[in-house]
Amino acid sequence: MSVTDELKAAVQAQTNKSGDAGHPMEDFLRMDRIPHIWCPTCGIGVVVNCFARALEKIGIPLDDVAVVSGIGCTGRVAGYVKIDSFHTTHGRAIPFATGLKLGNPKLKVVVISGDGDLVSIGGNHFVHAARRNVDITVICVNNFNYAMTGGQMAATSPTDSILTTSPYGNFETPFNLPFLAESVGATYVARWTALHIHRQTEAMIDALTKPGFTFVEILAPCPTIFERRNKFGDGLDRLNYYYEHSEIKHGEPTANVDVGLRTKIIVGKFVDKDRPTWLDSMNSHLKRKLGDRFTPYEG
Amino acid sequence: MKADPKGVMTGAHYLDGDHACCEGALAAGCRFISGYPITPSTEVVERFASRIPIVGGVFIQMEDELASSIALQGAVWAGKKAMTVTSGPGFSLMMEHIGLAAMTECPCVFVNVQRGGPSTGLPTQPAQADMMQARWGSHGDYEIIALSPSSPQECFDFMIDAFNISEKYRVPVMFMMDECVGHMIERVSIPEADQIEITERNYTKLPPGEYLPFKPAENMVPEMCKVGDGHRIHVTGLTHDYRGYPAMNPEAQEEQVGRIVRKIRDQADDIVRYEEFDVEDADVVVISYGITHRVAVQAVRAARDKGIKVGMMRLIIVWPFPEKRIAELAEQGKALVMAELNYGQVFFEVDRCAKGKVPVILAGHGGGTVHETDYIVSKIEEAYQCR
Ligand SMILES: Cc1ncc(C[n+]2csc(CCOP(=O)(O)OP(=O)(O)O)c2C)c(N)n1
Ligand code: SF4
Ligand SMILES: [Mg+2]
Repeated sequence: MSVTDELKAAVQAQTNKSGDAGHPMEDFLRMDRIPHIWCPTCGIGVVVNCFARALEKIGIPLDDVAVVSGIGCTGRVAGYVKIDSFHTTHGRAIPFATGLKLGNPKLKVVVISGDGDLVSIGGNHFVHAARRNVDITVICVNNFNYAMTGGQMAATSPTDSILTTSPYGNFETPFNLPFLAESVGATYVARWTALHIHRQTEAMIDALTKPGFTFVEILAPCPTIFERRNKFGDGLDRLNYYYEHSEIKHGEPTANVDVGLRTKIIVGKFVDKDRPTWLDSMNSHLKRKLGDRFTPYEG
Repeated sequence: MKADPKGVMTGAHYLDGDHACCEGALAAGCRFISGYPITPSTEVVERFASRIPIVGGVFIQMEDELASSIALQGAVWAGKKAMTVTSGPGFSLMMEHIGLAAMTECPCVFVNVQRGGPSTGLPTQPAQADMMQARWGSHGDYEIIALSPSSPQECFDFMIDAFNISEKYRVPVMFMMDECVGHMIERVSIPEADQIEITERNYTKLPPGEYLPFKPAENMVPEMCKVGDGHRIHVTGLTHDYRGYPAMNPEAQEEQVGRIVRKIRDQADDIVRYEEFDVEDADVVVISYGITHRVAVQAVRAARDKGIKVGMMRLIIVWPFPEKRIAELAEQGKALVMAELNYGQVFFEVDRCAKGKVPVILAGHGGGTVHETDYIVSKIEEAYQCR
């Protein structure tokens, strides 16, 4: 699909559930909090849109879904979705979500947060939740920087990117998030860009319906900071860049998918495997060890 | 409501304070612990890990205390009674999430089995040096409630109170044990479940759309709901309005943060808890809490034997602080001795409330062991002389 086709399809999808002339997202958004804080052509809104569409397509009652965010521009997602939502502390959305999910396993618990939040300050929680295979979906909006605090370098900033704390260019090596997620045990790993609205929606559907720690990385424009400082133009220019530089390679070994500042961007579904979740393991293991003395845990 | 018999190990047992604390939590209805091992608190989670599969619930050992101190809050919003357990260094790591629990009015319990500090300090030896940290350790203004048990029996009994109080005020409760109480083994008598009173979470009866998760109700405390009930709430650590929506302005700060401070300060008379003996005719009153209270009792008896009229005030709930009672004692001209296992923490509160009317003397101790009785006696004598 070309950029224009993707955008046309997006416009086509813009009718609200009741079919009347209201805002297409009003069933899903806290309209009393709109306008939101995000900059024009910021990629975060696209992700929220696709997430809403994914939930709608799955048909899950929204009362059964909870969104947990950390702190950052992306962290504000929790504040706009009209479902039970938690805006927690910087880096700690995943352990909060772990407690929420284990407290009531019937809930569909989704973490939506930024790259800095999830894998810089929150990296320890990310790796352990994946290792344990806690049954949550993590959607990471990767804009390659700490946007909310004004554009500092993050653990995801490509080498050579110019940010306020890497004024002469970043000399560190960034994380390759799909590789990280796979190596610590995620059952589903996909990467798309904000341009790929259908594919990211499908990836979210896959991730939300698959048991275990599922991970979707969305590369998203931050026109105000990352794109401006690194001369990628505005958000639409960056989408165009994604269009020209993305290469879909399903099943590509994640070791090969790192993103440089001006390299091609490999997108696709990289991992889709089955592993028992933390709770399944707990219940089956303790049943085996304790027999009738064990009280199975269902929440 | 009465306790769920599944969690109540009725009978007489020989338990150390850590194990008794765990049994108290189970009796109180705690069905979720997220923890991280640290001496001298580890036995609490070890016992929970072995008991909870039978009672029904979850123990999860998290990757660090940052995680363990927020996972329990997720479990609370899912409808569980939950706690976390730690000691000195772990307590330091938990500070940001104590603030989150205070700000979001998340009813839960933080157990701190205190050891000597700062830093790694004395991992296997007692102190009471985290008392101010328990009260002020997170950034910003807020109030918590802190209890201090002095025996395994009290670890059991007060744990139930800790959970009940956290629900009543929608506040994180600090359960301030110490290594000595945590590891001493004594008889613990656990009553029948129907003898244990449990405060249920105050869930709203309002329908979705009408319920506001941060609108003060009875006692300035908002009603609760849980995720999945259809209220579609938003909870944030940002300053927020009644709906829970971010509201970053001085008025909202006064409304929300002012209220989480006032709901404890203005109701402190209902919350404070202390015991006294021999205070009536006393010229000197020794104030203490936790393990030090037990040493101080010996000191008070020894000083009485020497002919000094001395009484004892023992703080059960240390925060909020019984300001009025201390002021009264000072008003009556009773010299005050504060005995605690630190170089002066709660002492400053006593001194503040005495307003210079009587001598206030610190019987401090850096920890590692408990006080010598004679040392407290010498401080009683000092107070008596400069009265
Ligand atoms: C403990 C703590 N440290 C630092 C901050 C400051 N801070 C707020 S947001 C943020 C970075 C957010 O980056 P990211 O998660 O990538 O989100 P983005 O804004 O890029 O969407 C930082 C460092 C904080 N809020 N808390
Ligand atoms: S600063 Fe960047 S990430 Fe934040 S809202 Fe603006 S464009 Fe989006
Ligand atoms: Mg970012």
